[in-house]
Amino acid sequence: MSVPAVDNTVSSGNASVAIPADMSGQMLDLDEDDDLEVFSKDTTITDGSSFNASMQTSPASMINQYKFEEEEEDVGTKDIFVTVDNPESHVTAIETYITYRVMTKTTRSEFDSSEFEVRRRYQDFLWLKGRLEEAHPTLIVHPLPEKFVMKGMVERFNEDFIETRRRALHRFLNRIAEHPIFSSTEDFKIFLTAASEELISHKKQGPGFLSRMGETVKAVAASVRGVRNRPEEFNDMQEYVEAFSQKINSLDKVTQRIIREQREYLEELKECGPTYTLWSNSEQELAEPLKNMADCLDRCYKETDEQVKQLNDQLSPALHEYVLCTETLKAVIRRRDNIQADFEAKTEALATKKADREADSKVLSLAWDSLVGRSPEEVKQQRQQKLKAEIKEMKDDLEKLEDRLEWANNALKSDWTRWNKVMRTDLRSAFVDTAERNVSYYEKCLAIWESFLHSQRTDAEANGKADFS
Amino acid sequence: MADSGSEDIAVIGNTDLTPSESQNNLKNTMVEKGTSLLKKMEISVAEAEKRTGKNAVNMQETYTVYLIETRPVDAASEGTSPVPDSLWRRYSEFELLRNYLLVTYPFVVVPPLPEKRAEFVWHKLSADNMDPDFVERRRVGLENFLLRVASHPVLARDNIFYLFLTEEKAWKETVFETGFQAKADSRIKALNATFRVKNPDKRFAEMKHYGDELQAVVSQLLRVRARAADRFYGVYKVHGNYGRVFSEWSAIEKEMGDGLQSAGHHMDACLQQQADMHARYAASIDDILEEEEHYADQLKEYLFYADALRAVCRKHELTQYELETAVQDLSSKKQQREELATGTVRTFSLKGMTSKLFGQETPEQREAKLKMLETQIEEGEEMVKDRNVECEEFVKGAWTDIERFKEQKDHDLREALISYAIMQISMCKKGIQVWNNAKECFSKM
Repeated sequence: MSVPAVDNTVSSGNASVAIPADMSGQMLDLDEDDDLEVFSKDTTITDGSSFNASMQTSPASMINQYKFEEEEEDVGTKDIFVTVDNPESHVTAIETYITYRVMTKTTRSEFDSSEFEVRRRYQDFLWLKGRLEEAHPTLIVHPLPEKFVMKGMVERFNEDFIETRRRALHRFLNRIAEHPIFSSTEDFKIFLTAASEELISHKKQGPGFLSRMGETVKAVAASVRGVRNRPEEFNDMQEYVEAFSQKINSLDKVTQRIIREQREYLEELKECGPTYTLWSNSEQELAEPLKNMADCLDRCYKETDEQVKQLNDQLSPALHEYVLCTETLKAVIRRRDNIQADFEAKTEALATKKADREADSKVLSLAWDSLVGRSPEEVKQQRQQKLKAEIKEMKDDLEKLEDRLEWANNALKSDWTRWNKVMRTDLRSAFVDTAERNVSYYEKCLAIWESFLHSQRTDAEANGKADFS
Repeated sequence: MADSGSEDIAVIGNTDLTPSESQNNLKNTMVEKGTSLLKKMEISVAEAEKRTGKNAVNMQETYTVYLIETRPVDAASEGTSPVPDSLWRRYSEFELLRNYLLVTYPFVVVPPLPEKRAEFVWHKLSADNMDPDFVERRRVGLENFLLRVASHPVLARDNIFYLFLTEEKAWKETVFETGFQAKADSRIKALNATFRVKNPDKRFAEMKHYGDELQAVVSQLLRVRARAADRFYGVYKVHGNYGRVFSEWSAIEKEMGDGLQSAGHHMDACLQQQADMHARYAASIDDILEEEEHYADQLKEYLFYADALRAVCRKHELTQYELETAVQDLSSKKQQREELATGTVRTFSLKGMTSKLFGQETPEQREAKLKMLETQIEEGEEMVKDRNVECEEFVKGAWTDIERFKEQKDHDLREALISYAIMQISMCKKGIQVWNNAKECFSKM
C-alpha cells in the first residue's frame, strides 16, 4: 500500500512504518517507542482520559498524528459501524423521555464482542460530547442536534422532530466513530456497549464535577486575558471560520425561506385541480380533458409536497448542523487561545519571580530579623531557598504548560484539516442529494404531463381529429 | 355553414409559446378556407405606438394606437411580398366596431376584445395600461379579435368591418351613419328592463346557465392561477439568493481556503459555477411566467366569450318577449272588436260601464271605432307575422352560431390545455438539465 507523504511531515528522524489498509486510510508516524501508539485504532486505550497519556510523548511525534491520504473515504476499510434508530417513548413517574437504539458492529479487538445493542437517551449523548470536549479541548467535536427546537413539551414528541433528531444523533455518533482520536476513547466504548446501569455508574466517576468546574472557571478567567502572540495560522483559521460561519448561516436562512415560499405555493396549487374538476362538470366534450388536467395538477401537487418535505428533512438539517459546527469551531479556537494566554501569563509570572529573587539577593538584612534573633544570613538563605523552590515549581509547571500548548496547537491544526475534509464531503453530499432529488422531482412531473398529452392524442385519434405534432 | 370536420381546415398559426414568434397567427382560430374575407387578405396587428393629442373635452391625453396591416393573399402566394396596406386604430375604435357588430348581428356570439384594464394581476404584472408588456399582450389580443371576425361566416361579410380594415379616416362617420347607435340605445334600454317570458325556450335557458357557469369557473381559475404564479415566482427568486451566497463563499475559499483544498478539488471554482447556475435558474422564471400569462390570455378570451354567449341568450329572450307582447296585443284587440261587434261585454271594462251609464254610442261612432280596430288588427297581424319571422330567424341564426361557437370553444380550449402541458414539459426538461448540471458541479466540490 502506498503511503503518500504529506507536506507537513516533520522530519524527526522517525521511520515511517507502512500501515495496513484497514486503518481507514489514515496513516500514523510511529515514535521509536512502540508502546506509545496512543492514537492507533488497534491499541487499547488504558486511560479514559487520553489527554493525560499524551503528556508523556514528545510533542514532535504528536504533530504527525493525522496524515490523510488524498483519496476519499473508503467504506470498505471501516472497522466499526454504528446506527441510531428505533425511538421509543418511556414514561416514568417523574418524566417522559425518548430513548434510541444504538447498534454497533465492530471487528476491533478492544471490544469484547462484535455486536452490541443498547438504548440511549439524548442526555447520554450530551454526556458523551461533554466528556470528549473536556478531554480534548482543542479537538473539534461534531455538534449534537439542539435541545429544544421549539418551545413547549408537545413538539418534543412530534414524529418529525424525533426523526430529525434521530438522524442527527446517528450522524453525530458516526462522526465520532470516524474520528481517529475520539473513536478510541474509553468513554465512547462505554457509551456504545455498557448496559444502562453500568453507564449511570460510569458517569458518576471520572474527572469529577469539581475539576470540570475548575476548568470552566479557569477558562472563563483566561478568556478575559487576551492572547499576545497568536501564531499566524490560527489567525487565518479564525478569519476563515468567521467568514464561513456567515455564509453557512446565510445558506441555512435561504433554505428556510425557500421551504416557506414552496409551502405557500403549495397552498395555492392545491386549489387548481379542484377548479378544473368543477369546470368539467359544466362541459361535455371538454369534460374529459379537463378532468385529466385536474388529475395531473393533483399529482403534481403531491410530488411538490414530497419535494418540499425532503428539502425540510434532509438539506435543512445538514446545513443547520454546520451552523452549529462553526460555533464549535469558534469555541475550540477560544479554548486554544486560553491555553496560550495561560502560558503567557505564567511565563510572565515566572519572570517576575526570578526578578524578585534577583532583587531579594541584593537586599540587606532587616533590623527586625536581628530583633527576633535570627541571623541575617540565615533569614536571607531561608528566603532564597523558598524562592528557589517556588521558581522550580513554576518552571516545571510552565514546561508542562508549554507541552500542553504545543500539543493543543498541533491537535487543532490536524483536526482542522480533518474537519475541513469532512465538511466538504458532508456539504457536497447534501447538495448532490438535493440536486438528485430535484432531478427526480422534475422527471416525475415530466411523466405526469406526458401522460396527459398521450391521453389527449389517443382521444384525438379516436375521434378522428387533427394531428397535433 | 361552419363546418369544422372538413379537410379544408387551415389552422392559422400559433398562440405561441414564445411571444416573439406570435405574429400573424393563432393556433386557436379554426379557419375555413371557405371564409370570404381571409381568402382574399392577410390581416395582422403589427405594431403599437404611443400618441398624444387632445381629446373630446380638449384635454391632453396619451393613448396607444395599433397598426393594422392587410395584404392581398394572391400577391403573397405569388412569391412577391408587396408592401401591405396599413392604418392606425386605437382601442376605442375597436370597441366601436364591436358594438356595431353586436347590434347588427344580435344572434351572433361576437368575439370579445382583449380586456380594457388588466385584471387578475399578480405582483410582477403591471396593472398599468401603458406598461409595454400589457400593450404587447393587447396587440396580440386585438389581432386575435380581427382574425376571429374575419373567419366568422356571417361577420366576415360585413362592409363596416371591411372598411375598418381599409378606410382610416372616414370610417367613424360611416359607422355612425348606419344609425346603429339609436338601435343600440333602445336595445340596451329594453334589455335592462325586467321582463318575463311566458314560454322560455329551454335550450336558450340552458345555454345562458352554461354561460353563467363558464364565467364563474374561469374567473375562479384565473384568480387561483394568478396567486399560484405569484408564489411560484417567489420560490425561483429566492434561489437567486443561493446564487449570491455561493458566490460569496467561493470568494472566501479563493482567498483563504487555498491551503485547505486537496489537489484536483477546486472548491472556489465549483461554488462560483453553482452561483452562476442558481442565478440563471432564478432568471428563468421570467420566461416561464410569460408563457403562463399566454395561457391565461387564452382563458380570458373564453371568459369574455361567456359574456357574449349570455348576451345572445338575453337578446333571444327579448325577441321572444316582444313576440309574446305583440301576440298578446293582437289578441286583446281582436277581443275588443268582437265585443264591439256583438255588443256583448265579456269582460268588465270601464268604458263599457260608462257607456252604459251615460248612454250608448251612436252607430256612426261604433262604426268608426270598428274600422280603427280593424286597421289596428291588420297592423297587429303584420307585427306578429314580422316578429314571428324575426324570432324564427333569430333562433335559427343564433342556434347555428352557438353550435359553431361550441365547437370552436371545445377545440380551442383543448388546444390550450395541450399547449399548457407542452409548456410544463418543456419547463420540466429544463429543470432536469439545470439540476443535473448542478449535481455534476457539486460532485466536484
